[in-house]
Order: sequence, then C-alpha cells, then structure tokens
Amino acid sequence: MKALIAFLKRYWVVLRRPSVHYSLGTLTLGGFIAGIFFWGGFNTALEATNTEAFCISCHEMSSNVYVEIKDTIHYSNRSGVRATCPDCHVPHKWTDKIARKMQASKEVWGKIFGTISTRDKFLAMRRELAEHEWARLKANDSLECRNCHAFDYMDFTRQSPRAAQFHSTALANGEATCIDCHKGIAHRLPDMRGVPGW
Amino acid sequence: MKLHYLPVLLFATLGLAIAADPQPVGKPVAAAPDYPLDAPAPSGRRPGGTLTQEFTPPPLHDEENKDIRRERNYPEQPPTIPHAIRGYQVDINGNKCLACHSRAASVQAQAPMISITHYTDREGQTLAAVAPRRYFCTQCHVPQQDVKPLVENGFKNIDVLLQHELPPGSNQQR
Repeated sequence: MKALIAFLKRYWVVLRRPSVHYSLGTLTLGGFIAGIFFWGGFNTALEATNTEAFCISCHEMSSNVYVEIKDTIHYSNRSGVRATCPDCHVPHKWTDKIARKMQASKEVWGKIFGTISTRDKFLAMRRELAEHEWARLKANDSLECRNCHAFDYMDFTRQSPRAAQFHSTALANGEATCIDCHKGIAHRLPDMRGVPGW
Repeated sequence: MKLHYLPVLLFATLGLAIAADPQPVGKPVAAAPDYPLDAPAPSGRRPGGTLTQEFTPPPLHDEENKDIRRERNYPEQPPTIPHAIRGYQVDINGNKCLACHSRAASVQAQAPMISITHYTDREGQTLAAVAPRRYFCTQCHVPQQDVKPLVENGFKNIDVLLQHELPPGSNQQR
C-alpha cells in the first residue's frame, strides 16, 4: 500500500511540473489530435454496442427475446420498416444514452455470472426484467415509442374506433402513456398476475 | 498376409456375394389400384385440381376492425370478434382479451363483459374466476374477414323459420 502511494505521488509530481522538453504548441496540438482519436474511438465503440448484431451476439438475447420479436409487427410487416433492439431499449439522446449504458454494466455482470444463461433462468427472471422496462418507459413517458409513434401526427380517422377512443382521451390528456396499455407488443409477456390492467 | 488388407478383402467378398445374389424372381408387383390415386379434390374449400396438386394459396385478408357488434345467428352462438386481435397473448401468463372483457376491466374499456357462463364449470357450479375451460377465447370467438364465403350457406335463422311456420294472416307474436 505504501509503495502504491509513493508510486502515485511520483506521478502526481510529474503531472504537476511544467513541461521541459515539449513546446506548448506540441502539447496543445497533440492533445487536440489525441482527443479526436479518443473521442472518435469511444463513440465508435459506443455505437458498435448500439446495434442489433451486438445485442444478439449473446445467446441470452438471440435465443429468447430476439426469437420472439420475429413474430411481431415490429419485426415483420407490410412496409418493411422495423425496430431493432436499441430503437426501443436505448434512449436516443446522448446523456440519456450514456446513463442507460452505465446501467447496462449490470447486464455485463449478469452475462459473466450467467444470471439468465438458460431458458429456465430467463423465464424465472422475466417478470423482473419486464418490470424494469415498464418502469423505464413509464418514467420517460414512453419516449422510445414516441421516437416513431409521435402523438402529434396520429390520424384518429385512420385508427380503429376503439384505438381512436383511447388515444384521443387517456393518451391525449397524459393520463396514460403507451406502455400502460401496449405491454408485450414486441416480446412475450411474463406472468401478469397483479399487473394493473391485467 | 498383412493384417491391414483384411478389411479390403472382407469388403470385396461381401461385394461379390451381393453381386452374385440372384434377384428375387416372381415377387408380386403391386397391381395398379382400381381407384384413382390422384383423385380430384372436393370442390368447395379447395376448388379444382387434384389432391396432390399444389396451388398458390389465396391472399390473406385483414381482420375486420369496425368494432361494431355483429348479429348472432342463434342465441347460443359465441359472438364473433369485431376487431383485430393480432398479437394478443392468451396463455398461462396472461390473457389480453380479459384486459378489456373481464368483469373489472369492462367498465373502463366499455367492452362487453364475458358472460356468466364463463364462470361456471361443466357441472354448472359457479366459480370465483374465469373457468379454465373458457379461458382460451379463440376456441369459440373468432375475428372475421370481409371475403366471399368459400361455400354457400343456406342457413336460416329461427325468426325466418317461425315466419314460415305461422299460418298466413295470423296475428300470433313470435
């Protein structure tokens, strides 16, 4: 421990001392260029984890939730527009995205220790996992839904009477948000006992 | 003789034995049956062609989604579903239909509540919740599509039949 503190101290002294060998220009320009590389690298790596290919590179995702979305309208439909995992599960704004990515470190932990490494483990945990997503979408007013399904551009005359009825009342006055009614639209539902509205 | 020639020799012997085996003569060949194997398909649901012929399936149609209750042909008929039910999950984990049609939810959704028959078991005993035998809605209730019926239907409902039963000019109420 003492050695470590001494080691850190030595580096701290070096960092505090003004540069002797390099000009201010070199340091500034070098720092700028290094900054571009680091930031670019960071962002590229971040975006790489934000692809469906990355998500389903783990069997936990590819053999459970990814199989299930394939049956739904968010994967296959008449016009071929589809949602990929990050479209719904990762916020699009940078700060929110970073916050979510930090939360996702828990998922790395889960992967390493095999928290949902088998189908049975996954099913046993499904309610908890689903509740996390419901809570997230409830808290941000279904932001990821609204990235595509914007309320302002909904044409109630093109909706079924039932849909128009609910969207023009409960959704319009903010009483309910998308996830309150539209649960289990892209994946199968967990045991729904005790969930409000079920 | 070296031992590793043995398998080759064995195979050669076996091959010769098979080749030398005379073909079984006079084995009865299945006579052509006196009925057509590739019978014409029954017309109606699958018009034209033969049973083994493959056709391009007819195009899929959208479920009718008007939310207007349809007339029942007889009182016991399970009402047909007047809306789309794509992706509705009905299994051990939950029942999407009951999210609107259950006793408690029907108020908010203004959907018809499932009838009392859904709360009784086969002995007619009333249960506290939906009877398991009534849980899978699409066993009896199905959505409809606006298509030409595949087979003609001569069904007459009871009102029409009663009209015919009555002597002409009778004032009897039906």
